[in-house]
Amino acid sequence: MADTKTLVLGHKNAEDFDRDEPIPNELMTINMGPSHPAMHGTVRIVLTVDGERVEAADVQPGYLHRCFEKEAEYATYTQIFPYTDRLNYVSPMLNNVGFAMAVEKLLDLTDQIPERAEYIRVLVGEISRITDHLTCVGASVMELGAFTAFLYALKAREWFYELLEELSGARLTHAYVRVGGVVKDLTPDFKERLSHILDKLEPVIVEMEGLLTENKVFYDRMVDVGPFTAEDAIAHGLTGPVLRACGVDYDVRKDFPYSVYDRFEFDVPVGTRGDCYDRYLVRVFELRQSIRILRQAMQQIPEGPVVIDDPRVALPQKKSTYNTIEAMIRHFKHIMDGIRVPAGEAYTFIEGGNGELGFFIKSDGSGRPYKCYVRSPSFVQLSSVSKTMHGHLISDIVPIFGMINMIGGECDK
Amino acid sequence: MSAKVLEALKKKLGDKLLATESAHTDDTAVIDRATLVDAATFLRDDPEMAFDAPVFVTCIDRLDLGLEPRFEVCFQLRSTVHRHRVRLKVPLQEKDPVLPSLTPLWPGFNWQERETFDMYGIQFDGHPDLRRIYLYEEFVGYPLRKDYPKDKRQPLVRRDDLD
Repeated sequence: MADTKTLVLGHKNAEDFDRDEPIPNELMTINMGPSHPAMHGTVRIVLTVDGERVEAADVQPGYLHRCFEKEAEYATYTQIFPYTDRLNYVSPMLNNVGFAMAVEKLLDLTDQIPERAEYIRVLVGEISRITDHLTCVGASVMELGAFTAFLYALKAREWFYELLEELSGARLTHAYVRVGGVVKDLTPDFKERLSHILDKLEPVIVEMEGLLTENKVFYDRMVDVGPFTAEDAIAHGLTGPVLRACGVDYDVRKDFPYSVYDRFEFDVPVGTRGDCYDRYLVRVFELRQSIRILRQAMQQIPEGPVVIDDPRVALPQKKSTYNTIEAMIRHFKHIMDGIRVPAGEAYTFIEGGNGELGFFIKSDGSGRPYKCYVRSPSFVQLSSVSKTMHGHLISDIVPIFGMINMIGGECDK
Repeated sequence: MSAKVLEALKKKLGDKLLATESAHTDDTAVIDRATLVDAATFLRDDPEMAFDAPVFVTCIDRLDLGLEPRFEVCFQLRSTVHRHRVRLKVPLQEKDPVLPSLTPLWPGFNWQERETFDMYGIQFDGHPDLRRIYLYEEFVGYPLRKDYPKDKRQPLVRRDDLD
């Protein structure tokens, strides 16, 4: 009969341990995720660890695979917008814009989109970039224990979501952009409310930075964690804030300007060391640049139509749909058969929240895409993670993973 | 913008460059799988080309278009130095969907090639770790092929080793 202590603790007294027994030195396999608070609920990592040190990491995405590409082949071009919302669900407007631009390229309409529509796309796109960066910084620091900064970031994010909800009718899955423009004009007080929110956002960024940037605990957890050299980062296909943190000034808005981005003055921040701390700094800098772009766009935005006046792509006005047979038939064909896109293929890419977001569409001339491939930045970024984790401690996985800003929907398609 | 890339490829490969196409500001070069690695190495290492960044890999299943050969694997590349882009296309027969992997040249193609294998069943020769990536090992078939019905059901997988 064992004594009570052995029964409760499951082993002998500490002094009874065999002190000459060697410490086991074989590698151990640990499963991290898919149900792990730092894995955002969607990724599994099979770690091979030597004590606390990561020797190898097999990252396994796919838990959120919802067959975006297969579904898109069976949907009309307009029906795909709600699907794109669900790719990167913290910046849905950017996905909308990217997809619309890809279809417009195939239709040869890129330079015929009304100016007001282009400006609205910039406005909602930059708002989405702000919500994306706020989510990334907020969620990552929460995983490191900084709960207050997370609440500040999410409070600010909510103001933007409310604004976009008023504009599009949905808080998160907006489906607001259409081929040829956007679905409806800005609400009358949109500009006023946006500039009010931007004025409120600036002090929040200052508060957030005050809590984080020179915080000793935060700094030690982030600096020199998961570094990438510029050459390595390029060869791994990284883009967006993660690439810019390595010192490469690649930003699609500057390098391959699209929409009306060449009319705005803004800077592209770059880092020097390519570690998690630089990724954080680049994101915070980009928040300020997005505010700059938004203010300029609000000043420059012209009056005019918000969708192209081309019967091939735009729905007829509701008034004529209900009053003329031609418009009603057009409406019917548009909904049932979709927009007829000439046969061909094109790759279109924009600067998404996390990097180069591209759509590669092949059309066979019908109203549904023959193939609709999405080049999701999260997927490419995540593929580099197992390399960056090597040699780091298990606790470093959390900031590395957070600063990649892997969005499950976009990564797993 | 990058018509000079196609010209340089034409000069370098001669007859082995099967076709070129420039449409919608995209430049495409169709090459045979036997010359793929040579062409890709040239594009990466030549200072005038300097294609240092991999963008994406995917495949087009041309079954419903009635074109032969059935598969066309696309590699999109970008140069960070010269700001130009090019797409390489490799036609593949249905019976023999094998081509050399470009992961040794650009590590960023690693997962992208796995995705193409997962969705289309294209075999990348020389890939360090060609496994399914989104789907599970026991999945039957390749879902993005045109002859895979959208509503197809998969068998229930029993894992005896989990008892």
